[in-house]
Amino acid sequence: MTLEARGLGMTFAGGVTALDGLDLRVEPGEFVAVVGPSGCGKSTLLAMFAGLLTPTSGEILVDGAPATSLLGRAAYMPQRDCLMPWRTVLDNCAVGLELAGASRRQARERARAEVGRFGLEGFEDRRPAELSGGMRQRAALLRTFLAGRDLLLLDEPFAALDALTRRDLQDWLRDVAEADRRTIVLVTHDVTEAAYLADRIYVLTERPGRVALEETVEPPRPRGPEVLASPEFAALQRRLLVTLGFA
Amino acid sequence: MRVLRGAGPPVAFAALVVAAWALLTAVTGIPESSLPTPGQVAAALWDDRAVLADNAWVTIGEILVGYAAAIAVGLSLAIVIHASRAVERAVYPWLVVSQMVPIVAIAPIFVIWTGFDLRPKVMVIALVAFFPLAVSTIDGLKAADPELLRLLRTLGAGRVTRFRIAQWPAALPSVFSGLKVAAALSVIGAVFAEWVGSGEGLGYLVLTYNNQVATADMFAVIVVLGAIGIALYGLVLLAERLVLPWYHDERRAL
Repeated sequence: MTLEARGLGMTFAGGVTALDGLDLRVEPGEFVAVVGPSGCGKSTLLAMFAGLLTPTSGEILVDGAPATSLLGRAAYMPQRDCLMPWRTVLDNCAVGLELAGASRRQARERARAEVGRFGLEGFEDRRPAELSGGMRQRAALLRTFLAGRDLLLLDEPFAALDALTRRDLQDWLRDVAEADRRTIVLVTHDVTEAAYLADRIYVLTERPGRVALEETVEPPRPRGPEVLASPEFAALQRRLLVTLGFA
Repeated sequence: MRVLRGAGPPVAFAALVVAAWALLTAVTGIPESSLPTPGQVAAALWDDRAVLADNAWVTIGEILVGYAAAIAVGLSLAIVIHASRAVERAVYPWLVVSQMVPIVAIAPIFVIWTGFDLRPKVMVIALVAFFPLAVSTIDGLKAADPELLRLLRTLGAGRVTRFRIAQWPAALPSVFSGLKVAAALSVIGAVFAEWVGSGEGLGYLVLTYNNQVATADMFAVIVVLGAIGIALYGLVLLAERLVLPWYHDERRAL
């Protein structure tokens, strides 16, 4: 689906304005990254797209029509993995299917079919506490994918991981996103991550957040590690960093 | 095996206390009416076994029914209070007040209302035992991860579903903490209820032996009461292990 934010603003009850006059557009099947300094309102933006917050000004359009309630239209992945410690990995991943009305058995079966692709083989019946940070994040991503929505909203999914695991999961997300074309909005503060994975990047200003820069990434994805070393990629990263205030 | 190994230290400690007790009575020559020797208590346990068993069944029955009532009242109050801010504000303070009023003063009223049967005992037990369960359940229900609840909302989960999937399971460790405290209080409540108005039961037996200055027999009753308390607590612990394997695995892993 096409997702569009027009003049979006959010002022919280305490008087803090997180976003002000933000314009942004996500085409069907597109992978859009939103980059910004911490506290710029990127998580707020995602929560609004997920239907958890109602904007105090501006509007969100879905396929060109103002969206009344976005709740339940997108699959949202919060910053923390939010895996339930009392459920097995499989039952955690299948929770979206269960809530969509599938029986527990059906939900498990469908989740079981996907664990291989998500690198969770052999861990289906373990509990989240037994998983490494990277595997927990994969399980959370599988839960997000299995929710069966066209639009995925990922809130800094790799922020809490060590650098090597993060690289690994970025490559893996690239492949999964390629094989399973959905519309993805990825919020991150990692410029390289955004440039490596996304079709298009929005850089937000400091709070209150609005769009400071919009960049289309070349060459088209999927991109391999060789792209990371190219002068074009370095130039793009530099433009992003300069916009963020790093000279 | 784990359970047996866990029982080692407390049993050893109990043996130490009994040995010190035996030594104390032997050295001081304190009269039996003040402090009987462990041997005299053991003898009383054996001699009174028929009376103890008969009355123990009465008290066990009161404890089980009272405990069940405390659980029903405690859990449903906790859930209603959790569900409604208005109910919480209106009712919660009175729950606290219900614990401030001395049970000693209320119990005779229960007897006046209902007589000498099972009912006043169940009421006293429920009154003393529901409170810790209700409070820890309310706290447990509040402890659910708000981010998880938001996530479930985006997946289309309504209030009842969020409760079932996230809040209740997250509250269970606290629920069991409350159940353990309530188990201990149920035994105390039963004994006390029997003191106020009963013609049978272990609490009644303690009073009777007390009037006869049959101290060794009183100790024997206390031993049986302790055993009942430990058994009830053990059952709750066992249920916790069965219901919350994830909780114990997680804590072992830490």
